[in-house]
Amino acid sequence: MTYQPSSLQLQREAAKRRASRRSTLIALASTFAAGLLVTIVVTGAQGYEKVKESFFNWHYAKLALPSVFHGLLLNLRVLIIAEFFVLLIGLLIAIARTTTSPVLYPVRLIATIYTDLFRGLPLLLVLLLVGLGIPGLRINWIPNSAVVLGTVALVLTYSAYVAEVIRAGIEGVNPTQRQAARALGLSQGQTLEHVVLPQAFRNVTPPLLNDFVSLQKDSGLISVLGAVDAIRAAGIQTAQSFNFTPYLVAGALFVLLTIPLTRFTDWLTRRQDAKQRAQGQW
Amino acid sequence: MSNLFEVKELRKSFGANLVLDNVSIEFPAQSATVIIGASGSGKSTLMRCMNLLEELNDGQILLDSQDISAYGIDLDSVRGKIGSVFQAFNLFPHLSVVQNITLAPRLVHGKSKDEADLLARTLLTRFGLAEKADEYPNLLSGGQQQRVAIIRAVATNPMLLLLDEVTSALDPVLIAEVLTLISELKNEGMTMVIATHEMGFAKKIADNIVFLHKGRVHESGTPEKIFNAPQTQELKEFLGALHQAGRL
Repeated sequence: MTYQPSSLQLQREAAKRRASRRSTLIALASTFAAGLLVTIVVTGAQGYEKVKESFFNWHYAKLALPSVFHGLLLNLRVLIIAEFFVLLIGLLIAIARTTTSPVLYPVRLIATIYTDLFRGLPLLLVLLLVGLGIPGLRINWIPNSAVVLGTVALVLTYSAYVAEVIRAGIEGVNPTQRQAARALGLSQGQTLEHVVLPQAFRNVTPPLLNDFVSLQKDSGLISVLGAVDAIRAAGIQTAQSFNFTPYLVAGALFVLLTIPLTRFTDWLTRRQDAKQRAQGQW
Repeated sequence: MSNLFEVKELRKSFGANLVLDNVSIEFPAQSATVIIGASGSGKSTLMRCMNLLEELNDGQILLDSQDISAYGIDLDSVRGKIGSVFQAFNLFPHLSVVQNITLAPRLVHGKSKDEADLLARTLLTRFGLAEKADEYPNLLSGGQQQRVAIIRAVATNPMLLLLDEVTSALDPVLIAEVLTLISELKNEGMTMVIATHEMGFAKKIADNIVFLHKGRVHESGTPEKIFNAPQTQELKEFLGALHQAGRL
């Protein structure tokens, strides 16, 4: 049997199409008006010509691009290594915080203090304390490269955040799942590994990716320790030319770097929502 | 006939609230024991005590003459010998049907993946679920999910199967398919303890029925005795209420 819409349905659909055409026109008009307003305000400002010259100079942009891009490669390396350790340490802390055995009380206590401390301390402060304090100790076997110490500081701070995200995921798994696993004879460890953690990670993938995006741009803060990353490279260029365009180049590169991941996070979140709705309807 | 399983003078309280009071029940090997009673009579708590998900406050639980409620017993190995099925199925949503069934045989009973897979698929085929083997639980109907949960419990080859209101979340058609599966297991000689509100099924499958009221065993005996010649006032009232509700 083929579907023949009734004249009532056809009328309804025509009305819907008219309404959506109107919405599109209104959106276009208001976007144009807003754009016009911003252009008038910015170009009409007294210092506009000067700002344009020192922040949007094409010549200096082209000049700065190679060294800023080279710096960005360092950011990427730091990001990948830091993220690996952040996930590992975050997972261990999350597991430590969700244990219940009395023997492990000290472990729980240390984990709790750790997350409280490093979620409370500003990242910049951690960077300075680690980057400037540890070399001051003059311990031979500890490297005092700005890149290594900067990465350590990022790992210290982000592990605390990620641990809390993973812990929320673990606690979000229905306790009956744990019970069912234990009733089958699985040990505590087996239950965690095969039943709880796979579901926990599935639930918190979007917030974990969000933290990953955040780490991506905060990797630029290691420049304060003197590591020649994208921001530092831009700073060196600026110091030579007294033109700020290189900073904008670095900013544009960071945005380009994060956009694919943020889009991926959005897509994943939407897909998961849809899946959960489907599950709720059986 | 010796008792495979036995609950002796069991007491369980939550704070000052005594939920199970001096409960003693014997479960002969290969028998089906059905526990009936109103909501709040302590059925579910008794089931949870029997698979050691709850700690007892007094008394003993004996499995094959071994006191499994003794302090310091290896809970994991005891639970591995008792299969449990719950009202809410509790399948693992991130694992396929076969993976749900093979998890315990592989991890707890040391079977190889191939061995466990073969066992799971054989069981699924026998109970008419072969084509669902590689599906995920959320794509199955409630009755199919509960049958998979029962197969998951028997795949570990338990000495005893505990079924706690396994049909309470299902409609009549789905209830029938789950009950058929349970009857087949009973015919194969599986010892089982069933808490249920399905009185028709209780009559058919039970060797022994235990009536629980306010945490105490008021009466027990064969289905004929319980349904046709109730002795205590409490059981008469319970059966009367079921009759009125059209459940008997």
